[in-house]
Amino acid sequence: MGIPSIQETFDRLGHKPALIPFLTAGDPDLVTTGAALLTLARHGADILEVGVPYADPLADGPVIQAAATRARQRGTTLSQVLELLAGLIPALGVPVVLFSYYNPVLAMGAENFMARLHQAGVKGVVIPDLPLEEAGPLLTLGAAYGVDVILLIAPTSPPDRIARIVQAAQGFVYVVSLTGTTGVQQQLATNLPQMIQQVRALTTKPIAVGFGISTPAQARQVADWGANGVIVGSACVQLLAQTPEPERLARLGEFCQQLRDALG
Amino acid sequence: MLTADVALELRPDPRGRFGVYGGQYVPETLMQALVELTEVYHRITQEPAFKAELQDLLTHYVGRATPLYFAERLTQHYASARVYLKREDLNHTGAHKINNALGQVLLARRMGKRRIIAETGAGQHGVATATVCARFGLDCTVYMGTEDMARQKLNVYRMQLLGARVEPVQAGNGTLKDATSQAIRDWVTNVETTHYILGSVAGPHPYPMMVRDFQAVIGQETRAQALAQWGGTPDVLLACVGGGSNAMGLFHEFVPDLAVRLIGIEAAGAGVATGRHAATLTQGRQGVLHGAMSYLLQDNEGQVLEAHSISAGLDYPGVGPEHSYLKDCGRAEYYSVTDEEALVALKLLSRLEGIIPALETAHAFAYLETLMPQLPSTQTVVINCSGRGDKDLFTLAEREQGL
Repeated sequence: MGIPSIQETFDRLGHKPALIPFLTAGDPDLVTTGAALLTLARHGADILEVGVPYADPLADGPVIQAAATRARQRGTTLSQVLELLAGLIPALGVPVVLFSYYNPVLAMGAENFMARLHQAGVKGVVIPDLPLEEAGPLLTLGAAYGVDVILLIAPTSPPDRIARIVQAAQGFVYVVSLTGTTGVQQQLATNLPQMIQQVRALTTKPIAVGFGISTPAQARQVADWGANGVIVGSACVQLLAQTPEPERLARLGEFCQQLRDALG
Repeated sequence: MLTADVALELRPDPRGRFGVYGGQYVPETLMQALVELTEVYHRITQEPAFKAELQDLLTHYVGRATPLYFAERLTQHYASARVYLKREDLNHTGAHKINNALGQVLLARRMGKRRIIAETGAGQHGVATATVCARFGLDCTVYMGTEDMARQKLNVYRMQLLGARVEPVQAGNGTLKDATSQAIRDWVTNVETTHYILGSVAGPHPYPMMVRDFQAVIGQETRAQALAQWGGTPDVLLACVGGGSNAMGLFHEFVPDLAVRLIGIEAAGAGVATGRHAATLTQGRQGVLHGAMSYLLQDNEGQVLEAHSISAGLDYPGVGPEHSYLKDCGRAEYYSVTDEEALVALKLLSRLEGIIPALETAHAFAYLETLMPQLPSTQTVVINCSGRGDKDLFTLAEREQGL
C-alpha cells in the first residue's frame, strides 16, 4: 500500500474535517522533527505539513521565524529535509505537504525539486511567495510528477482572482484566514465564514484553512463554517519549542489528539 | 549581446518583467494591493494636476533642479576626462531619496491611505519618508535594522524629530534586508489602510518601475544641463548601486543613447575574496528576494546570504531587477570597490571639492581611480553625487580611531 494522495485522503474522510498540523523541520533538530511527525500521525493527523527553514520568511510571524532561525543555525537544509522525509514517509502513512519559500526551489532547479519531492513520496507543496501569476511552470511540473502545487487565497483576494486560483489549484485550496502573517491569534477573523462560503461556491476541491488557528475550539469553529481541513502551525511549533525534552513529544501528541477530538 | 532592442523594448513588460527579472513573488495577501497600485500609478501620474503638484513640490520644497557641477580640482587631479557631479546631495534631506518618497506620498494620498511604512538602511530613505509624512500629516513607521540604527544614529534621531516611529529590527544581521522583510510583513498585515513607500528600485512590480520613474528626474535634468553647459551628452554616467535607485534615476533617461556608458558601482566590503561584501551583480546569481527575481547573494541551497559593507545603504544582498537586466544585455557595466577604497575617495572629494559625500556615494567616486586612466581628456563623466556625508561622521571617526 502506497501513501494516499491528498485527494484520496479528503475522499476517504468524506464529511470529517482533515487535521493538518505543521512543523518547522530542524527545530530543535531533524531527529526530533522525525519523531514529532510520527507522533502527530499517530494522534489523528490526516496530512502533515513540513516547513523548510528559510533565511527570509516573509509570510511568517515571530514563532515560525524564530523556529526557522534556530533550524538554520543547526545547518538544516532543504536536501536534508527531503532525505529525512524519504525515509520517514512509509512509516507515517499519511500524505506530507512541503512548505518552502521559492528561492530554495529555484536554487535546486524547479524540475529537479519536483522530481525529488516525488522520489521522497511528498504529495504536495506550498510556496507562500509564489502567487498564481508566477506559478505556471510549477503547476505544469506538479501535474507531471504527481506533486500537488497548493495555491493560497487571502482575505484581500477579489472574486475574479479567487475564481482563477481555485481553477488552477491542485490538492486543496489553502484559505489564509487573516490579513497578516502566520501566528497564534486570540480570535478568528469575522469575515472567515463568508470567505469559506465564497470559495465553496466556486469549487468542489477541498478547502483547508490556515494562519492564526491555534486551539481545538477554533479548529472546530472553522470546520463548522465549512472547511474540509484545518491547518495548525505556530501553536504546534511553539509547543515543541517551549516544552522541556522529556515531555515534549507526549505533549505534542496530546495537543494533536485534542484537535482531532474537537474536529470529530 | 547588446542589440538596439534595449532602446525599444518595454521596460518592464506589462507583467512587470525586465527580461527574466522582476515579477511579483509575494504572499497572495499583497497581490491585489500591487494590482491596484499599478493601476493607480499609471492613471494618476498621467493627470496634469498630479504632475503639477509634484513639480511644484520638487521645485519649492525639495529645491530642484539640482546643479550639474563641474568638479574642476577633481578633474585636474586625474588629468583625464572632465568630471561633473549631479548634486543630489543638495536636495532637501540630503539625498536623492526624497524624489521617490514625495512621488509615492502623493499617490498614497490619492489612494486614501493615511498610514505610511518604509524600510531604511542608511536612514536617508527613512528620513525622506518621515519628512514627506510630516509635510502631509500622515502616520509614519520606519523599519530599521538594529546594526544600522547604531551606525546611523543621527538619522534615527532625525526621523523621530520628524514624528516617525522607528521600529528596530533584530533579525539576521540587523541591516537593510531584515528591515525590508519586516516592512513587507507589516504591509501584509495592514495592507488595507497602509501604503508601503519602498525606497529602492527593488521589490515586486510596480515598485522597480515606479521608483525609477520618480527618480528619472535626475537623468532628465542631467541631459538638459549637459546640453546647456557643453552642448552635448555625457560620455560616462557613474553611480553607486545598493538596491540601485540613484543609479537607475541617472541612467534611465540615457538607456536608449547607446553611446553613453552606464557604470554602476557596488560595495566590495572587506573585498570580494573575503566573502564579506555586497557585490550582488558581480558575485551573485539569479534568485528571488523581496518579491523580485534578480541577482542575489545566496548559498548553494538558495538561502539568502548576509551582505557586508561599511555603508549601510549598500549593505544589501539583492539588487533592483532592471540592473540585472541591463547587466545581462550588456547595456550597463557593474564593478565593485572596497570599504577602504570608498573611505579614501570620501576624503579626496572632501579635500579637493569641499564636498563630503555619503559613504554610499563615495563608492562611485572610488571607481574614478580605475576609470579615469582609461578615458581620453575629450570625454565627460557625470557622477551621481547621491547624498551628503554628515550622517557618516560617527562611522568615520570610529574607523579613524580604530585604524
